[in-house]
Parts: sequence; structure tokens; C-alpha cells
Amino acid sequence: MTTPTISKSAYKTPWISPRTRQWLGNSFTYLGMTILALLFMIPIIWMFSTSLKARWEIFVWPPQWFPETLHWENYVEAFTRYPMGRFMLNSGFLVIINIIGEFISVPLIAYGFARLRFPGKNIFFVVMLGTMMIPGHVKLIPLFSIYHKLGLLDTYWPLILPAFFGNPFFIFLMAQYMRTIPRDLDEAARMDGAGTWTILYRIILPLCKPPLTIILVYTFWWTWNEFLHPLIYLNTFDSFPVQLGLAFFKGRYSVEWNLFMAATLVSIIPVLILYFFLQKHLIGGIASVGLKG
Amino acid sequence: MSTKWRDLSPKERREAVDGYLSISPWFIGFLLFTLGPVLATIYFSLTEWTLTRPPVWIGLENYVRMFTRDPLFLQALKVTGNFVLLSVPLKLVFGLGLALLLNLKLKGMNFYRTVFYIPAVISGVAVSLMWIWLLQPDTGVVNTLLELVGIEGPNWFWDPDWALPSVALMSVWSVGGSAIIYLAGLQNIPPHLYEAANIDGAGKWTSFWKITLPLLTPTLFFQLIVEMIESFKVFTQAFVITKGGPLKATYFYLYYFYEEAFQNFNMGYASALALVLVVIIMTATIILNYTSKHWVYYESDAGRA
Repeated sequence: MTTPTISKSAYKTPWISPRTRQWLGNSFTYLGMTILALLFMIPIIWMFSTSLKARWEIFVWPPQWFPETLHWENYVEAFTRYPMGRFMLNSGFLVIINIIGEFISVPLIAYGFARLRFPGKNIFFVVMLGTMMIPGHVKLIPLFSIYHKLGLLDTYWPLILPAFFGNPFFIFLMAQYMRTIPRDLDEAARMDGAGTWTILYRIILPLCKPPLTIILVYTFWWTWNEFLHPLIYLNTFDSFPVQLGLAFFKGRYSVEWNLFMAATLVSIIPVLILYFFLQKHLIGGIASVGLKG
Repeated sequence: MSTKWRDLSPKERREAVDGYLSISPWFIGFLLFTLGPVLATIYFSLTEWTLTRPPVWIGLENYVRMFTRDPLFLQALKVTGNFVLLSVPLKLVFGLGLALLLNLKLKGMNFYRTVFYIPAVISGVAVSLMWIWLLQPDTGVVNTLLELVGIEGPNWFWDPDWALPSVALMSVWSVGGSAIIYLAGLQNIPPHLYEAANIDGAGKWTSFWKITLPLLTPTLFFQLIVEMIESFKVFTQAFVITKGGPLKATYFYLYYFYEEAFQNFNMGYASALALVLVVIIMTATIILNYTSKHWVYYESDAGRA
């Protein structure tokens, strides 16, 4: 439609040049994505802004995005007036013990399923996968009454014991990974006189860092965010993990939203740090769960 | 493996013993923490039991009471059912939409993925507390922003008509988690299909309906099941935000179960409640699984070992 001479000048007007159109399209996408990302971050930004306000500023209308002065001391107050530090240490302790438990049990069990031959293995494996479908709440009442009888209520035992028997999801993940390790390695070690357990702990396990990382991340994440089980099993205020502590914080100081948001923000920081450092594993792990279906 | 113990050579027997030893922690855990408790729950559901006194056998009485003269049970069922019907489609649509955006081939997309995934990482009580503060009727930031565009925001958690939709809406914020799973599904779609469609003159819209969506149905199906089960098990939001109110508008099933079991200590009745929920979830899963034959697209089963 246009002669070459005209098109050369037309190239400079943004409506015609395909490259400019591409550039514009991309800019619009970036703009849209950025606005959407900001919308997604508003809750956290608002939480942060609230946490730095003076008490009189909290309910000011219209709401202020930027506090007049930054009250960093709210964070100190959240930790001194209320045992936030204690709650976080409690959760940290539970996280560590649960990770140790899974690290001891999962490789051992997965090794049996992935490598050793014994009658009935497939049935056991299917049963194990089947248990993943059972909603946790059906088991709650008998477990509660057992712990009650054993005098273990209001202790950490109900919250750490199951980890030492292996989480089926982790076992599945680990067994699938172990199956990808060449059997030649086992055979060679066996030739050299290595026994079953030496092969597991000297040959196989050192190669299993990716699934171990996923187990670590997920156990951290789930234990940190766990609410129902601590709620049922624990009564002593000082032994509360973070989520339980926060839930009761609400009951006590329901108007001091600045302190409250400071505490809530601090409570999510460990999970955020974990996420930023191990992002690939977390997202990759979740995606692989999705692919299972 | 159909081998029997007596057919094994001594060497194979040694390996089998090691095998049993290695899976024994799981097996013991299975007996203690799964099989035993599930069987016990079935037994307790047929008893009246308040923890202080031993259980008394009452047959099916708990179930009869539940379905004939327990308005709370019916309310909890209604609330939870409505929530599932409300939140699951919301999460599917928004999750898929977000995944399509994140699948655009642009530089710096990893940054956006990180941002949208953050809400999915921080679950639990912290999120509930945050939303109480965001959705304050008068001073909340959401209503303030709505006012900017001329909408008068509702009273959210404090309005019986809005409380349940509010809980559903706040779950949309965490939709990055399912978006990542759709994204993995999207990236598994072979690019040559789009190229072929493009050559045939198909537009983006046609490609989406004829290629993307059909090939994504296995992922959609998986997410549908996972999210349905999750929605049936909502508890934290009810406990932290609404305590089941206002006017029992957010009286979620598991919250009712919790109150019966661990506040009123009606352990027998609560056991029956727990089992009924399992049956409901299983039935729903089986029905969905049955319908999947008609809408889930599997390329071929060839190549499966």
C-alpha cells in the first residue's frame, strides 16, 4: 500500500512499525503485570505500614500509607510485651526436630521401597500411597485420647513423634528419586563387600540432596504454619508455637493493630527467607506434585 | 511382585529381611497413627463418649441424630458445601488466569513469579489476621480503595451475607500456589502444536480453546480434586476470624467438629461427624473421577510401563 520512501518515514511513527508495536505491547504487559503485582502486595505493604504507626494513627480516616514517624519500637514492644520471641523459638525447635525425624526415617523407608526386593512390597507401597488420601481429622480423636492416656497432652510429643515414622508423601518422593540412581553403583559397592546399609548411607544417600532439600523446605514450611494440632494438644501459653501464639494475641490486644501487625510480619519472615533462598526447590517440588496427577 | 517367601534363596531372604527392616518404621507408624486411629474412630462413632467416662455403645444413634435432629450439622454442611461451590471455581479461574500471564515469554518473568507466589507461602493464622485488618468495614484498606472507585464496600466478615464470600475471596489471594502448578502444565504443552495452529490461521483465542485448555485438563482435574478437598477442610479461618459467625454464616464443618470434639468433648458424636465428612469427600472425589472420562483429555496411555 505504501511506497518504500513513505514507509521509511512511517517507520518512525509508533502506529505502523511492528517493532514499536511489539515494544508497546510488551510495555502494556509489563504495566499490567506490575499493577497486578502491586495489588497482590498491597496486603503485605499495608501490614508493614500499620506496624510502623503510632497507636492514634491506626484508625485514622482516611488511612495513611506513610506513618508520620516510623515507630520501629513497635517491633520491640511486640517482643517485650508479648512472648513473640518465645513462640518463634518454640516453632524453631519443632521445625528442627521434625526435620531430624524425617531425615532419619524417610531415606531408610524409601530405600526399602526403591531398592530392596521382598514379598508384598508392591502392596505395602500402594497402601502407603492410599494413606495419603485419608483426611487427617479422622485420626484426631483416637490419637488425642491415646496421648491423653499416656499423659502426653501439653507436651511436644504429639507434634514430633509422627515425623520419626516417615511422611508418606516424602517417602514417595524419595523413593521415586532413588529409582533414578543407576543400579550399577549398588552392584559395584556390593562387589567390594558393602552391605545393604553401607550402600544406603555411603552411596545412595549422598546422591539424594535434591529430595532431601524438598523434605527440609516442606517440613519447615508445614511445621511453621501448623495450627490445628498445636491448638488441640497444647495448653501452656509459654509452649505455644508461633501460629497458636498469634491466634491468642488477637484475643488479648485486639485494638493494638500496630503491635499486632508487627508480630504477624515477624512471624512470616522465616518462611519468606526460606522461600527466597530455596525458591527453585519449592516451586519445582510443588510442580512435580502437580504432575503426579 | 508375586514371589513367595519359601521360593527365595538364602541370599534373597537376607535381602527381604533388610527390606522389611527398612520399611518397618513406616509400617509401625501406619498401624499406630493411621490404621489404628481410623478403626477406633469407626468404633467411637457408634458410642456415646465424653472422655471422662468409658464409651457406651449406642449403635447408629449418632448418625440418626445427625441427619434428623441436628440443625447445627445441617448448617455446617450447608456452609461448607456453599464454600466449596464458591471457592473452587474462583481459585480455578484465577489460578489459570494468573498462570497464563506468567507463561508469557518476557524477560524478568521470574521476578513476577516470585511475587505472585509469596502469598501461597505464608498460610495459616498470619494470613487470617492480616485479612481481618484489611477488611475492616470502616478503616480497612480494601474498603478505602473501593471508595476511590465509587463503590461502597460491604461489612465483609461482620455481615452474615458477606462473611462466607469474604473467606472465599481471601483464598484467591493465595492462588499463586495453584498457578505454579498450571504453569508446569502449560509448559508441558508442545510448542509445535501452536505453530501448526498458527500456520492454519488459528488466532490466539482459538488456540487457547482448542489446544491449551484440552491439554491442560489433566492438570485442571488434579487441581479440582486437591482444591475441593482443601475447601472441605477449612478450619483456621473459621477459628481465627469469625468463630463460625456471624449468625453461623461461616460455621464450617471442621469448626463444628472441633467444637464438638475438643470443647464439648462429645467424642463419640464428633467421631461420627469426622467419618461423615470423609464419606462426603470420598463420594465427591469418586463422582468427579467418574465425570473425568468425559472431559479430561489424555494423549495416550501408550508408553506407560
